[in-house]
Amino acid sequence: MKVLLIDDEKELVTTLSERMEIRDIDSEWATSGEQGLKMIQDQAYDWVVLDLKMPGLSGYEAIQAIKAARPEARIILLTGHSAPEDLDRALDMGADLYLVKPVDIDDLIALMQGGGKQELS
Amino acid sequence: MGIWRKIKPPFWDRRDSELELLNYRRLWRTTLLSAIAVTLAPLVFLAGINFYQFEEQYQLQRNEITSHVQRLLAVNKVQLANFLEERRAALTYVNLANTFDQLSDRRHLATVFRRLRQSFGGFVDLGLIDGRGIQHAYIGPYNLEGRDYKNQDWYKEVQIRGIYISDVFLGHRNFPHFVIAVRHERADDQPYVLRATIDTGKLNSLLSATDLHPIGDIFLINQQGVLQTPSTLFGGVLTSFKSMAQLAGQMGKVAEVKQGNSPPFLVATAKVEGSPFLLVVVKQPAALLQKWDLLRINIIVMVGVSVAAILVVIWWGSATLVNRIYEADLRRVAMLHEVEYTNKLASIGRLAAGVAHEINNPVAIINEKVGLMGDILGMNPDFPRRDKFMDQIRVIKDSVRRVSEITHRLLGFARHLPVKSEQIHLEPLIKEVLGFLGREADYRNISINVDIPPDVPTLEADKGQIQQVLLNILNNALAAVEDGDRIDISVASRDNEQVAITVTDNGIGIASQDLQNIFEPFFSTKGEKGTGLGLSITYGIVQKLGGHIDVTSQPGQGTSFIVYLPVKQRPRRLEGASGDDAVRMEV
Repeated sequence: MKVLLIDDEKELVTTLSERMEIRDIDSEWATSGEQGLKMIQDQAYDWVVLDLKMPGLSGYEAIQAIKAARPEARIILLTGHSAPEDLDRALDMGADLYLVKPVDIDDLIALMQGGGKQELS
Repeated sequence: MGIWRKIKPPFWDRRDSELELLNYRRLWRTTLLSAIAVTLAPLVFLAGINFYQFEEQYQLQRNEITSHVQRLLAVNKVQLANFLEERRAALTYVNLANTFDQLSDRRHLATVFRRLRQSFGGFVDLGLIDGRGIQHAYIGPYNLEGRDYKNQDWYKEVQIRGIYISDVFLGHRNFPHFVIAVRHERADDQPYVLRATIDTGKLNSLLSATDLHPIGDIFLINQQGVLQTPSTLFGGVLTSFKSMAQLAGQMGKVAEVKQGNSPPFLVATAKVEGSPFLLVVVKQPAALLQKWDLLRINIIVMVGVSVAAILVVIWWGSATLVNRIYEADLRRVAMLHEVEYTNKLASIGRLAAGVAHEINNPVAIINEKVGLMGDILGMNPDFPRRDKFMDQIRVIKDSVRRVSEITHRLLGFARHLPVKSEQIHLEPLIKEVLGFLGREADYRNISINVDIPPDVPTLEADKGQIQQVLLNILNNALAAVEDGDRIDISVASRDNEQVAITVTDNGIGIASQDLQNIFEPFFSTKGEKGTGLGLSITYGIVQKLGGHIDVTSQPGQGTSFIVYLPVKQRPRRLEGASGDDAVRMEV
């Protein structure tokens, strides 16, 4: 399983990525939508964990671009909080589910490993 | 006061209300008075004209009756005077045409008597009284010859005035008649007197020929007020005319006379010249004026009933009209304030969401950093003072979780501000609301007991709205109880169609006069602490959701709010539904 983490908070994505590596999850990170999109175009990822509010390429545009480039990639929105209508829009555009920060990394991994269907505690 | 309380329009006591946009009392008074003026003025004006015309007609009719009475009086007076004058003249003629000696002859006197009866009628007897006052000759039913009249009043009067007409008397035959006596002067001897008795039947027939339709009377009385001819209204001959006293000074005029309970009579009296008789003509105008009186009563009743009906309709109409305006104002103002309040809540929600978002990002970093520290420690069992560090990490993680819970709870409220129908489990929802208020309850040592049976169905409603309803009611309950009191929350299902959420406190309660106002906007018993909007908005939300609220309260014992909510909402399509396979989760 290969995961790409995209968030403008570098400390967050680097730490998350490091902790995933510790758990033997192959992960990479990007601190902007543009950077993340470029990486997706270069190689395939099973999961993309994406912040909705970022400078530059917005979360919505990122979702559309990711889905266009890699329709098989599944997208988890990881957000501080957004209005319900924003989340609805994102889900409609192709995001698979959303999580509100902070998350427990083991829960996140379990969710991805369960195909996004697993209930979180 | 009791009647006023019943008919008082509902807006009357709202004079000092904060909601008053208009002065409803003044508006109502102006409407009422102008409506009364516009409707009643023409009616009163027309009725007045009608009445005036009627009074004129009435007076005309009455004058006509009065003239009729006067006419009858004049005509009959002349006729009666003529009647008496005829008899007097006849007797004078007999006197002049015959000498005393001729009249002393009984056969001659009988012939004269017979001729008088044949010519004039009414003569009952005829007597000759000499200068000494002795009945010298007599033709008639009685033997009166030789009777001495010298000392009798009538004899003295005829000696002085030359003629005498007596009052009516019954006499020996018990039949009413009167006497005419005429003096005859002699040059060579003392004057003698010719005296005749006349039957009143002639007088009666003379008077009865007068048409007095419909109710009236004509008769003679003497100076003492004794009836000389029979009256249909006042009794038989020689009875007393009781209304005599009322006619004093009214001679020749038409006077109004009351007798018993009957309507007043118009009475006219005149002296019959050359006699002791007074002619009386009586007419009862009521009989003739009855139609006019009926008309007058009809006008008064019709106008009275119309005025009463108009006043009732105007009262009701203006009160209803002003009340509608008042209610519309009330609704408009309440709506404006609700919008204002909702906007305020939405702003607070957005603020909370923004704050939560800003906090969640650094908290997420702390969470991951401390997680990484834990991971590193986990991989290095020989790390010096590893356990101590692990403890610190656990404490930091717990704190992160607490911050996360707080922000999630804030977001939970903010998220549901737009109305969205969803299936709601009441137990977690109530616990979530208590999460906000539980701290205050803990500090004040107030026990909040929740009783939710497992079979309570889920509600289809907007979560945020239900939270707001419960939050408002529980806030009020907390304000009503003393430290150490209790609040009970119970939920019950009614036929699986409705859910009843009961919040009972043992606080100060609500006075009965306040109970009917608690759902009105700006009504508050908390003084400056309350906005008076909480329960008003709660009521509006519950109504919008198709439910209702019951309140029971005993001052000093506590209050119980029961919110009834339908399990299913009426169908309402929501736009912008999410994708079919989308999953939404919160961690």
